[in-house]
Amino acid sequence: MTTSATHVPTVIVGAGHAGLAMSRRLTERAIEHIVLERGEVANSWRTERWESLRLLTPNWQCQLPGMRYSGHDPDGFMTMADVADFITTYAATISAPVSTGTTVTRIARHGRGYLVETNREHWTCSSVVIASGGSNIANVPDAATEVPTAIAQVTPLTYRSPSDLDDRAVLVVGASATGVQLADEINRSGRSVTIAVGEHVRMPRNYRGRDVFWWMHQTGVLDEGLDDVDDIVRARHLPSPQLIGTHEHRSIDLNTLTERGVEMVGRLGLISEGVAKFSGSLANVCKLADLKMNRLLDRFDDWSDAATIADLDPPTRFDATRVPSTARLDIDLVEDDIGTIVWATGFRPDYSWLDVPVLDHRGRIRHDGGVTDAPGLYVIGLNVLRRRRSSYINGAERDSEELSALVARHLDATNRVGDASLDTTGTSQHAGIT
Amino acid sequence: MTDMKTPVDNGVNTDALLGAREALTSTPDAAEFTWTAHCAWVGGTFSQTTVDGFSGLGQEHHHKAPYSFDADHPECFASEDRGATPPEILLAALASCLTAGVASVAQHREIQLRSVVATVEGKMNVLGILGADPDIRNGFSDIKVRFDIDADATAEDIEALVAQSQRRSAVYDIVTNPTRVAVEVG
Repeated sequence: MTTSATHVPTVIVGAGHAGLAMSRRLTERAIEHIVLERGEVANSWRTERWESLRLLTPNWQCQLPGMRYSGHDPDGFMTMADVADFITTYAATISAPVSTGTTVTRIARHGRGYLVETNREHWTCSSVVIASGGSNIANVPDAATEVPTAIAQVTPLTYRSPSDLDDRAVLVVGASATGVQLADEINRSGRSVTIAVGEHVRMPRNYRGRDVFWWMHQTGVLDEGLDDVDDIVRARHLPSPQLIGTHEHRSIDLNTLTERGVEMVGRLGLISEGVAKFSGSLANVCKLADLKMNRLLDRFDDWSDAATIADLDPPTRFDATRVPSTARLDIDLVEDDIGTIVWATGFRPDYSWLDVPVLDHRGRIRHDGGVTDAPGLYVIGLNVLRRRRSSYINGAERDSEELSALVARHLDATNRVGDASLDTTGTSQHAGIT
Repeated sequence: MTDMKTPVDNGVNTDALLGAREALTSTPDAAEFTWTAHCAWVGGTFSQTTVDGFSGLGQEHHHKAPYSFDADHPECFASEDRGATPPEILLAALASCLTAGVASVAQHREIQLRSVVATVEGKMNVLGILGADPDIRNGFSDIKVRFDIDADATAEDIEALVAQSQRRSAVYDIVTNPTRVAVEVG
């Protein structure tokens, strides 16, 4: 530590929805804190999303502690600009102490607390809440190194619109919400599209006249906690459901894609001498997704039978995914005139700056409901952090309430044993907060 | 026993498997296994393969006894048919792997099995291995597995059971996905 550091009880890393929700909770509890943000408020929503993207969750579900959606279209879906505005308004409404343009370069243990180094000033603190998001880096499989050089490669973090691409055919790898949305958009732009499909989650946009999130909210699916979820590791790493937010509230799935002429192949295995090889498991991953969707719809129906909701359409089941029996197992990328490969193969967080031993062998934070095994170090805003709802914006509402109580308890305990070891090198007055 | 619910018992210790998964997640190196087979040519197209030792959990293991597999080609290929063809051994591996998966998943889901029979069919055009047509692959063009399962479960639960056993099967993965194979001369 070369420069002096300012002490503050709690540092929050990231001014997205989760970090700001936590800021609001700490303010409610009169816990002094600062929110460090590498860019502007809602930075990733502004700069790392494609142009047509809208939230998967309807507007009525966009609520954070102290603010709910107040616009005229509760059933609509926010564009990324809308989301950035929503979160920026939120930051102002709650007077969040955000330091923008402040990139955390290192967090390490320091006495009983932590030292937070940034590109600007340094901080010491008793607790840290990491809210830097789970999608900082696009996963790209090793096969990417074998792609012939004449083929462009893009990730969802760099792709903006079909006009970025040349006119040749496109291979979209991955069938999460991202994969199916990009396959759909690129197909509609007139380009030939092939989608490589591994395990995926199929969901209708509307069921019996209501949005699928209405159902998941009403039936308690979103509030299933860590004890209710059978396999938490799997739940946290499930691909996002095949949904799209549009004015028409249309569904998107592999059937809608193949009806438009998109070719479906299995999960990408490897690329060798310009030939991409795909898994023969396509029928099974589609079967798994259909069965799982039907179990979810069964659950909705069982709930509505008991709850006697008046104006629902009758129960229905959707066509099984139509898997071509002749799905190709290998594609010569050059011969097929593939111009671009879109790696819609998931994301992972970037903790390269976290110098505290809380990462597992895959580089993910080990935590139990957001509580790491380093005292005073918490994480919020990750998939299924404390409940299924945690994966969505309004999951931060309860997650922040519960985690802020733990932060408060930790600070109380720390204060009781004294702050002597924190070594705040002099400047322990209030931080200059913008 | 009258109306008492008998605990589901397919003879699979799923508690131990789930415990192993938990333990291995925190010690990922121990999860690295190496399986080994030794094959010796006897004569003609006849060979004998033995499996005995394997490594994993950070140590060497041995089967309770060495197991061996006789492989040959049938008489219509001008061989002596002293064993199964290697592709048949692969079909056996696929069927037995999926069947073990069905039993394990059924145990975990508390489904009592009464009988499970898998029939596997692999289609192959032998012009490929004979080198007579370069457009025909050597291996199977299609593999079909049919499960006949008698169990205390709905048809949909059984479908889900079979689908899940494919998700967790080593041989299904080996057969459906490309694998790098290095062959060296020692």
